[in-house]
This record gives sequence, structure tokens and C-alpha cells, in this order.
Amino acid sequence: MAVIVFTESWDGKFKKSSFELVSYAKAMADSVGSKTIAISIASVDQDELKKLGLYGADKILTVSNEAFKTLDNQVYTKLIAEIAEKEDVRILVLPHNNTGKALAPRLSVRLKAGLVSAAVKLPSSYDPFKVYKKVFSGKGFAHQVVNTEKKILTLSNNSFELIESNTIPEIEEYSPEVSATEISTTVVDIQKQTGKLILTDAEIVVSGGRGMKSSDNWGPLEELAELLGAATACSRPVSDEGWRPHSEHTGQTGKIIAPNLYIAAGISGAIQHLAGVSSSKCIVAINTDKDAPIFEAADYGIVGDAAKVLPELIEAVKEMKA
Amino acid sequence: MKIFVCLANVPDTTTKIKFADQKFDETGVQWVINPWDELALTRAMELKEDAGTPVNEVTVVTIGTISSEPTIRKALAIGADNAVRIDAEPKDSYSVAWLLSEYLKNYEGDHLVLTGIESSDYNGFAVGGMLSEFLGVPSVSGVSALDIEGDHAKVSREIDGGLEQVAIKTPFVAIVQKGIAKEPRIPAMRGIMMARKKPLEVVSPLSFDNVTDMLDFELPKAKPQCKMINPENAKELIGLLQNEAKVL
Repeated sequence: MAVIVFTESWDGKFKKSSFELVSYAKAMADSVGSKTIAISIASVDQDELKKLGLYGADKILTVSNEAFKTLDNQVYTKLIAEIAEKEDVRILVLPHNNTGKALAPRLSVRLKAGLVSAAVKLPSSYDPFKVYKKVFSGKGFAHQVVNTEKKILTLSNNSFELIESNTIPEIEEYSPEVSATEISTTVVDIQKQTGKLILTDAEIVVSGGRGMKSSDNWGPLEELAELLGAATACSRPVSDEGWRPHSEHTGQTGKIIAPNLYIAAGISGAIQHLAGVSSSKCIVAINTDKDAPIFEAADYGIVGDAAKVLPELIEAVKEMKA
Repeated sequence: MKIFVCLANVPDTTTKIKFADQKFDETGVQWVINPWDELALTRAMELKEDAGTPVNEVTVVTIGTISSEPTIRKALAIGADNAVRIDAEPKDSYSVAWLLSEYLKNYEGDHLVLTGIESSDYNGFAVGGMLSEFLGVPSVSGVSALDIEGDHAKVSREIDGGLEQVAIKTPFVAIVQKGIAKEPRIPAMRGIMMARKKPLEVVSPLSFDNVTDMLDFELPKAKPQCKMINPENAKELIGLLQNEAKVL
């Protein structure tokens, strides 16, 4: 019996989210009295793999087959399902990111395991298996009960604290049988954002709305973000106007984020925008309209023009750092 | 080639959410096409109108009771050629995907299936992927661009920190997100008139089981009041973020 956790690495390194996933899986494994098994695809050296042990992986299965170099949903599903059957999975955990969203639903059907997407907490009970989650894009909460014997969860980024448990993991190479004919998706081109922090990974996000008035006014916002080590984001009208790329749009139909700090400059806080950012641990609002709904969602507010306030904040951060 | 667009009927995104008797309170709620499905439909229409693609028919499929028909008619008004309603109350992603697959698996012609990446009601992020697995066909998720050339599709999908262009043969399920179409189409008066006459087939569902249930609904807890900082002294904020909120 096992709790299995799917981890991802980038250029041979795990991101914090992978450690969050392992910590989360380990906490569940302790509650149900099973071991924690991590799956790691792509080549990662032994020292890096051992870090998964630091957060509680008892065993790590590594897969380095070329067939898994790019994400083919069916080939990946087959691999994870095979491991799940072999290890007698009880709970399977994946990240709630692009990969997890693509694979978890397929695995749910393949393993006949009920799926809870975007979990932010440990299950409230294991029998019945109940997980608290957001519904109606954060305008409500509910418990989702999973009635099947096996369960699958995807865990939202930055929602579970790292817990160190210093396990020495057993590391095993897993060699699946896979033929080239099983791969149906061919990657023909990749455009990587280079040097920029990934919005959904960022612990601090500085975001601009229509109150920024023009795409020419993003200089101070970007400077503040750079000083804070933050990612930049925007509201929907801004990306619709083409002032900023769609990949920066946060809100109900864009990115859903949960950073430790979200600074909203010139964003009024439409209900659809708040749906994408309301899980942020601390929200700062800067807006000229004191009645803007963003102030109801914010922890700190400044009624003022972002064009004047942002340079002040830049100065203050520089002073703090000095 | 035919494009099937799977539509969920959801409360308008501006709806003030209420719960009553352990359920979502539908009183006074306006129902709309799930925003991501609406973008999928818009892209399907663009592909059909483009003479360079083999797409010649767009069919929308919904799991829902008769109360979902106004939403289906809206999709027909936007331009879908015909609609199918599988007459069941949606229970969970798993059973919805299974019902869709039981209908779609019988179609033998050249086709493509589009679904939105999530629905704005229960935020399951699951129907498209589950449907592809039930059908045993490939899927591409997080799709923000889709073009068709002959029996091949070229799609862009989001990966962490970038975009990937993927080539794939039809049939498959494209699970789409923001970017797939610029803005959802609004039905024109002519479209609304025509929609009344377009075929809407009602199919009786096979018996099905859900694998998850939702209960203990509650509203978010009220946030403590926002601490206002004098704009003349904006610098004070950084100190508060560092020492009080401890996020810097």
C-alpha cells in the first residue's frame, strides 16, 4: 500500500513545489499508515534525488526513457498507472500545474479513482475521504468526498508548508516498456520564457490594471517587481488591450495564483479578478477610487495613483535593502 | 470534419453565490455557457468559417436537464449547427465525462472534440482529460492556439514557463484555455432567430454512477478590514509588509 507522488524537475533540479508535494504525500502516508513513493522522470543526479527523502520519500522511482522527454498524455498516463498498480496505490498526488491538470483526469479514469483538483489542505478525514476545496472560483468552499477505493489529488502551488522528515530514500530505476508508436503528440517548437520568474511559482507578484493607463507606464511596476524578486501580472482588460501578454492575466479565466504577497496597482477588483488572486496570503491594493472592491479583498490599501505610489515604494524597498 | 464542443451550463461569473439546504441556491441565478467552453465554441466557429480547413460542422454537446436549453440555444445562436442534450443532472466530472463518451464513441466520421479546461462552478479541471481516457484517444491540455491542416492539428499548449507547439492527428480531445480565441462571440439577432429552428437532439442517459460528492458548502470567511495607509506616506507600507505581515 502506498501514497505515490509525481514530481517534476527542471534542468535536473526540483522546484519548491515538488518538495511541497512530497511533504503533503508524506503527511497523508503517515495518517493512513503507508509508505511514500515518489516518481521522478528525466535525469536528476543522486544528490538532488535525495532531497525528496529530506521531505519524506521512502522510495524514489526514476525513469529516464527518452519517450518521456516531452509530455504525451497517454504515454505518461500508462507509466504512472503501471507504477500505481504495481505499488498498490491508495492515494496518488500530482501538482496542480499544466502537467498535473493534463494527467490527473486521465489517471482518474484509468485507475477508477475519484479525483479532487486543486487541493489546498490535507484531507479532513480519510474514511470517508473528504477534502476541503474551493468551489465557484473561490466564492465558496465545500468538502469533496471521494467514494472510490483509490484516490487522486492535485495540490495547488504554495499552499502546503514544507515538512522535513529526513528519510534516507531507496532509489530505484524503473524501466517501462514503451514503443515509439504509442506517442501521438510531436513537439515541433518550444518558446521558453527566459530569465523571467514563472508567475504561478512566484512568492511575490506585482500586478497592474487599467488604472496604469497605458502600456508605457509599466516601468515602475517592473522595477518594483525586480527589486522584490517578484513576477509581474495584470488584470484581464490589460491583456485584452494587448498592453501585456495573455500569460500575465490573473483572474478567473486566466491564471489562478496564491503568492505570499500580491500587490495590485490600478486594479479595481472585479469579482472575476478576485477569483484568481483571493488565495494570496497578503494583498496590497493601490487605487484612486476609495470605493473600489479591491479594498474589500485587501489587507493593506493606499488610495492614490499608482504612477505616484509605485516610485515611493521603490524608494522604500531600496532603503530597506540598504 | 466535425468539431464537437462540450458545453457546461454554469451560473454567470458575476453571480453572488449562496447556499441553501446543503446545495447551491439557484434562486435568481442567470445561467451561461462556461467561459472556457464559450472560447472553445468561438474557435470552432472560426475554424469552420476558414475555407482553408476541412471543418464543416460544429455540434455542441451538453449534459443537463431541460433547464440548460437556453444556454444551448445561445450556443446555436453563436453559430453551432446543431446541439445534443444528454438529459441528466450533472453529478461529478467523472460521470459527466462518461456520459459524453458514451455519446461520442459512436461517431465514426473525422472529428475533433473541444472542452474548456475547467468549469467555473465546481472547478474540477477534469472533464476533458477524463473524456479522452474513456474514449481512448489522445488529449492535449492547456491549449491556447489551435489550427487544422488536413487530418493534422497544430496546437500550442502552455508549459511551465513557456509555450510548446505540438502536432497531433485527429481525432483527439483539445482541452482549451484562455488565448484560444480572442473574445467570446456574442450572438447576433439573425443568429438568435435561426437558433430557434436548429436541431436540438435530446438523448436519454444510460444509468451512471458518480465517484465523488460535494457537501458542507460554505461561504468564504469575511476578511479583516483593510488597513489604509496615507498616500502621502506610502513608504510606511514596506515597513508593515516586512514587520507586521512578514511577507518581505
